[in-house]
Amino acid sequence: MSAVSAWPAGRARLLRAVGLVGLVGMGFTVWLGLWVTPPDKVQGNLVRLVYLHPPVAWVALYLAFGTAALSSVLWLWPRTRSRFWDRLAVSAMEVGVVFTALTLVTGTLWGRPTWGVWWAWDARLTSTALLLVLQLGYLALRRVPSDADVRARRAAVAALVAAVDVPIVHFSVDWWHTLHQGATVLNANLSPTIHGAMAWTLLLGFVSMTLVFVWMLAERYRVELLNDRQSEAGLASAMAERWAESGGRAPEVVGERPGERAAAPAGVGS
Amino acid sequence: MWRDAWLVAGKDLRIEARSRVVVNQVAPFAVLVLLLFAFALGPDRAALAQAAPGLFWLAVLFVALLSVQRSSSVETGEGTRDGLRLSGIDPAGVFLGKAAAVALQLLVLEALLTGGVLLLFGVTVRSPAVLAGSALAGTAGLSAVGVLYGALSSGLRVRETLLPFLLLPVVAPVLLCGTRAWEIAFGTAAKGGGDPFVGLLVVFAAVYLALGVVVYGALQEAP
Repeated sequence: MSAVSAWPAGRARLLRAVGLVGLVGMGFTVWLGLWVTPPDKVQGNLVRLVYLHPPVAWVALYLAFGTAALSSVLWLWPRTRSRFWDRLAVSAMEVGVVFTALTLVTGTLWGRPTWGVWWAWDARLTSTALLLVLQLGYLALRRVPSDADVRARRAAVAALVAAVDVPIVHFSVDWWHTLHQGATVLNANLSPTIHGAMAWTLLLGFVSMTLVFVWMLAERYRVELLNDRQSEAGLASAMAERWAESGGRAPEVVGERPGERAAAPAGVGS
Repeated sequence: MWRDAWLVAGKDLRIEARSRVVVNQVAPFAVLVLLLFAFALGPDRAALAQAAPGLFWLAVLFVALLSVQRSSSVETGEGTRDGLRLSGIDPAGVFLGKAAAVALQLLVLEALLTGGVLLLFGVTVRSPAVLAGSALAGTAGLSAVGVLYGALSSGLRVRETLLPFLLLPVVAPVLLCGTRAWEIAFGTAAKGGGDPFVGLLVVFAAVYLALGVVVYGALQEAP
């Protein structure tokens, strides 16, 4: 079976390179985090999870949600409305679900030895769990069968409503004063509380995780694009078969709206 | 926009006054929820007083869900939605009108629930301003998000199951902040100062009212 390409070979190679650099960077982060950097004088070896947890949370709460929210706004704005933004929004949200789940898992792994329990009802932990439910709700909404435009419109509004929750997650530590430690890098004084090799390892973690996110997003987008092409090809092919059965010739102009040309079966998906 | 909102709110409230769904079904359900919570927690008055704010806001979320479902279902009748679109009413006005109607119904139900909480759970109000302020702001936020999601899930075959799944996580901050504010109002809170929570409820309501005004038109276009 031959692979179906969604975009030019040059772009596909670039994306593969981005993914490879991201994964290699993650490998280096793990090596530096586990073997090279020293243990923290307060947290001991637990600090090693810091090289993974904040970068994962950065992707889940800011990059993925930000991309989904911005794409939704651009889809809703009539001047920029394009199927591209809808595909990008669903791709970002789906990749975001993976990273939000990872944020929760790494958070509870850190919380067990620190707080003594797997789940502490900490505000940020709880808000992140709610965010995961919001993302799953968005995906559930998208699964409801409906016209592509209607589905995109509903999903765009749902993404915006959910995105409002992200600042609540960010500021919840300050608002509710709970167990979660303050931000290590983006704190209120903009003064990172991490230095030296530890800071560089954390920075590498952020950059690598961002590259991995970009790669996963592009791959998920490619799948969505191919899905769309398959649906269009399926419809065009079914229409052609129906016309062949009736012994007639397919009309030159058909479609839901006047002037909308039906795609020729042979040309679809190329 | 405001005139349109007034018209739509009047229409929804007239429909409610004639059908009496809130009075005959939702209000008894709200009281039943309070009774069932008391059965679950037992007759210990101290435990009931401690849990009263959370139970109140949880009951409010449940009745809000019913009110929103009712509010969106009156628009799903044959041609109703098209009629509303063809009438030339500003979508922002439709949103604000529907939110105002839901908010008014919720405030009546909350008054009933407050009476039930005071009577059944043995709590006394120490700070009426925090109590009323948080109830008003929380209700505005609940109504705004509710009407938005009601329109979003309107016409879907899985609306009954999808709406709670979408709505409840979004309104969780209302539950959290409302509960903390009411703990302060009842004097059962560990720490004083209700302002941050009431303030957060006001921000929540303002953000979702603004979002609804902007995006409701796009939802109205969906068949």
